[in-house]
Amino acid sequence: MLMENKAENKAVFDAESAKEVVKELRDSFVTGKTKSHRWRVTQLKAMLKMLDENEPQIVAALRDDLSKPEFESSLYEIQMLKNSCRLALKEMNHWMMPEKAKTSLTTFPSSAEIVSEPLGVVLVISAWNYPFLLSLDPVVGAISAGNAIVLKPSEMAPASSSLIAKLVADYLDSSCIKVVEGAVPETSALLEQKWDKILYTGNGRVARIVMAAAAKHLTPVVLELGGKSPVIVDSNINLKVATRRIIAGKWGCNNGQACISPDYIITTKDYATKLVDSFKCELERFYGKDPLESKDLSRIVNSNHFDRLSKLMDEEKVSSKIVHGGQRNEKNLQIAPTIFLDVPVNSLIMKEEIFGPLLPIITVDKVEQSFDLIHSSGGKPLAAYLFTNNKKLKRKFVETVSAGGLVVNDTAVHLAIHSLPFGGVGESGMGSYHGKFSFDAFSHKKAVLYRGFAGDAFLRYPPYTPGKLTLLQALLSGSIVGIIRALLGWFWA
Amino acid sequence: MLSSMEKSIAELRETFKNGGTKSISWRKSQLKALLQLINQNEDSIFKALDQDLGKSPVESYRDEVGVLKKSVTYTLSCLEKWVAPKKAEVPLLFFPAKAEVMPQPLGVVLIFSSWNFPFTLALDPLIGAISAGNTVLLKPSDLAPACMSFLVETIPKYLDNKAVKVLAGGADIGERLLQLKWDKIFFTGSPRVGRLVMAAAAKHLTPVTLELGGKSPAIVDTLSTTPSKAKVTAKRIVGGKWGPCTGQACIAIDYVLVEEKLASTLIELLKKTIKRFYGENIKSLKNISRIVNKHQFQRLVNLLKDPNVADSIVYGGSVDEEKLVIEPTILLDPPLDSEIMSEEIFGPLLPIITLKNIEESIDFINSKSNPLVIYAFTEDDTFKKRILSETSSGTVTFNDSMVQFLCDSLPFGGVGQSGFGRYHGKYSFDTFSHEKSIMHRGFYPEIEPRYPPWTDFKLLFLKLAYQFDYFGLILLLLGFKRS
Repeated sequence: MLMENKAENKAVFDAESAKEVVKELRDSFVTGKTKSHRWRVTQLKAMLKMLDENEPQIVAALRDDLSKPEFESSLYEIQMLKNSCRLALKEMNHWMMPEKAKTSLTTFPSSAEIVSEPLGVVLVISAWNYPFLLSLDPVVGAISAGNAIVLKPSEMAPASSSLIAKLVADYLDSSCIKVVEGAVPETSALLEQKWDKILYTGNGRVARIVMAAAAKHLTPVVLELGGKSPVIVDSNINLKVATRRIIAGKWGCNNGQACISPDYIITTKDYATKLVDSFKCELERFYGKDPLESKDLSRIVNSNHFDRLSKLMDEEKVSSKIVHGGQRNEKNLQIAPTIFLDVPVNSLIMKEEIFGPLLPIITVDKVEQSFDLIHSSGGKPLAAYLFTNNKKLKRKFVETVSAGGLVVNDTAVHLAIHSLPFGGVGESGMGSYHGKFSFDAFSHKKAVLYRGFAGDAFLRYPPYTPGKLTLLQALLSGSIVGIIRALLGWFWA
Repeated sequence: MLSSMEKSIAELRETFKNGGTKSISWRKSQLKALLQLINQNEDSIFKALDQDLGKSPVESYRDEVGVLKKSVTYTLSCLEKWVAPKKAEVPLLFFPAKAEVMPQPLGVVLIFSSWNFPFTLALDPLIGAISAGNTVLLKPSDLAPACMSFLVETIPKYLDNKAVKVLAGGADIGERLLQLKWDKIFFTGSPRVGRLVMAAAAKHLTPVTLELGGKSPAIVDTLSTTPSKAKVTAKRIVGGKWGPCTGQACIAIDYVLVEEKLASTLIELLKKTIKRFYGENIKSLKNISRIVNKHQFQRLVNLLKDPNVADSIVYGGSVDEEKLVIEPTILLDPPLDSEIMSEEIFGPLLPIITLKNIEESIDFINSKSNPLVIYAFTEDDTFKKRILSETSSGTVTFNDSMVQFLCDSLPFGGVGQSGFGRYHGKYSFDTFSHEKSIMHRGFYPEIEPRYPPWTDFKLLFLKLAYQFDYFGLILLLLGFKRS
C-alpha cells in the first residue's frame, strides 16, 4: 500500500499504512531474526560501511539543510556514529550476557540471573539539528539490543531525511528496519500504533504528545529534550581557555542549535567586562571580522526559527543590551554570534530555550548567587557548566545543581564519554542512552530465579501455626543464628 | 486559595528545596523509624489485614511485615554504598579528566498502592523513595480501609511529617492528585488505571513506574519425575495460587498448563494439597484470605456464570456471599475465549489448560500479552532455555512460585502490558533517583584542533582522536600522516 514513488504523487502514509508497517516488523521480530547475535553484528557492520562509503553525500545533505560546516558534520555526526557502532560491535557480546544476581539464605538453594531481551518493535523519532546522529545513534542501540525498528527522521532537515531513508533501505535489513519520512500527519499515524518502546528527541511540547500517545498502549519512553543550559564563569580561571571552550560548545555546535548548547552565562559584575572582551577576541580569531562570511558556522535551520530568534533579539529591553554581534542576513538565514549583557531576567530570551547563536550574560554580585538564579529559573536543564578553580564551588555545583549532566571546565564534551548516561531530568527529559545505556534503553531486563526441589520450607504453607510464624521470622531475616535458634525451638525475642 | 491537598504538596516541595531530605543521616533516621513503626505495631497491622482481607498472621508476616522488615534492613545496610557516586571510565584523549555518575533524588514523588498487599505495596516503594532522598506523598488504596486508616494515623507518629505524607481517599482523590505536577509517580494496580496515570503524567513530563499485572501462567512438566517432586510441585502451585491473598496478587499463578495425559494426576495432587492446607470444604475453610469486597466477589462469581465455564469445574465452586469467600476452585479446560481465560483472574479460581505436548505452552503464552511472571516447573534444561528465549515476561521463576519476590537482587517489574520500571533492593533506590553524569576537566592540556578556523589538518587530527587512534595521532603530529 505504501508506494515508493519519488515523483509528485507520494502515497499518503496514514494510520492504515502505519499499522501495516508495524505488523510487518512484528512478524519479522517474532521469527527471532533480530535476536540473533549474527544479525545484530551484520547490521552494525553494514551501518559502518554505509557511513564510510557516503561521507561526502552526508556532508552535502547537512550543508543543504543547515549549512553545517564539513568539520562538524564529519566529527559530530559521522565520527560519533562510527564510534557508537564500533563500541557496540566490541562490547555487544558482553552486554548480551546474563548478569548473575546474588541470592540470599531466604531462598536457599537457588540461583538467579538477569537476562537482557529485546523489547520488540521500537520507534525512534529524531530531531533536525543533528539529523544523522540523533536518528542513527538510537538505532545503533536498538539494533544492538535485538529489536525491529522504525525511524522517523525530522522533516525539518529534508535532505538528510531523504538521504537517511535511501541509505537505510540500501544498506540495512528492510524487513526489520524501516524509515518513515514525513511531518505531523505521518508522525501522528505512527504514534497511534502500539510500540514496545519509543525514543523521542526534540522539545517538551511534542514530548507531551508522544508520552500521551504512548500511555494508551503502556509503552515506555525515553524523552531526550532540552532546556536552558547555564554556564557559570568564576574569576581566577584561565579565561582564554574557558572562552574558547564556551565558543566551541555554543557556536561550534550547529551555531547554538544543540540541546546541550551553553544557553546563557552567569558571572560576577566584576568579571563581566573581562569575559566580554575575551569573547570578542576569540570570536574574531575563530570566525573573522565578519562572521556572516565564515564557512565555519551553521546557518539557522529555517525562517520560522530565524523569526523566533529575531524576536528574542529585538525585544525592547533586550536589544539595547547587545555588546557584540547582532548582524543578520534574512535571505541566507544567518545570525552572527551575538552577546548580550545583563538582559532582564524576565525577558523572553531568558524564559525559553534559545537554541541559536544568542548568548546572554547575566551578572551577579557573588558567584555563589548563580545557584539561586539557576534554581529559580524553573525547569531542570539537560546540561550545566561551570568554569572555576575553586574546589568548594565545584563541590557545591556538583551537589546542588540538578541537570541531566554537568561538566566542570568545559562544555558539551561529556557527549563523547560513552560510560556516562546521556539524558535529562524533569523538563529536560527522562531515560538515557549512549554506550551500554543505549543497549539497556532498548532491552527488557528479565529476572530469572532457578530453584530446585530440595529445601522446601514447610513453614511457607498452611496450616499456619504460631511456631511457624517464629520460624518464618527467622527465615525472612536471613540470619543463620536466628534460623538455628528457631529450629531448635527457642523463641525469637 | 490553595486546598489543603495543594498546601501539603507545597510543603513537601519546600522541604525538598531546603535540602531537608538530602542527608544520609536523615534518610537513615526515617528508615529506622519505619522499622520501629513496623516492629511496634505488628499486632495492629495483623488486625487491619485480617479486617480488610481475612489474612492470617502467618500470611501477613510472610507477605507483608516480614518482607518490609527485610527491605528496610537491607536498605539501611546498603545505603551509603548506593548514594556514593560511581566512577566512569574516561578515554585517554581527555586526560586528566574525571567522570562519575551521581545519584540524586528526583524531588517530590507520588506513590499509589494497591489493596491486596496494602502494607508491602505502600511501604516498600516508600522505602525506596526515602532512601533516594525524596519527599513523598503516599496514597494507599481505600479498598483496604482499615489498613489505609492505620497508615494515615500511624505514619505521622513515626516519620518526618514535613517530608512524608499519607492521604486517605478514593478514586476522586487519586484523580485530583494526578492533575498536579510530580517529579515521579509510582503506581501499582491495573493496566486500565495505569494508562490513566501515565496519560496524566505526560502533561508534566513526569517519569512513571507502573507495576501492573497480567495472566501469570505456571507450566507444569515435573509430574512424571519422582512422586516427591510431583508432591512439591503441587504444594508450590497451591501455595502460589491461594497462598497470596487467595489469588488476589499480581504474581499469583493465574492458570496452569499441563500435558493432557498428566492432567488427572495433577488435579488429584492439587485436591489433596488444597484439602490439607485449607480444609475439606467451604464450611471448614481456614488459612486463607477472603475476597476484598462485594464488587470483586461479584466479578469472580460472574466468571463462573458462563455455563461452559461452570461445566469445567472439577473441584470447589462454592461461594459464600455474606463472608465474601470463594473456596479454592479448579477448572479443567474452560473455553479459551471465555472471560476467565482472557482477563486476569485475581482470585481463587485456577483453570488448568491441557496440551498435547508441554512444549506448546510457549506458543500458548505468547498468544497472550506479556505477564508479570512465568512459572515453569521443569527439569529439562533445553525446555528452560526455550522458555527464557522464546517468551517475554517481567520475571521467570523455575520450579517454584512467589519466592522471587523475596530476592532483593532481582529487579521486580513487568514488560509490555504488565508494566515498566522496576524496584526491590537497589532497584527501588534507582527508580526514585536521577543518575546525574558529571565530568571534570582541567584547563590543560588543550586540544587546539577543536577550535575554528577549521582546516583539513585539524579535521584529520580530530578524526584520529575520536577513534582513540593515539598511534595515528602521534604519526600525524610528527608529520608522518598527511591530510
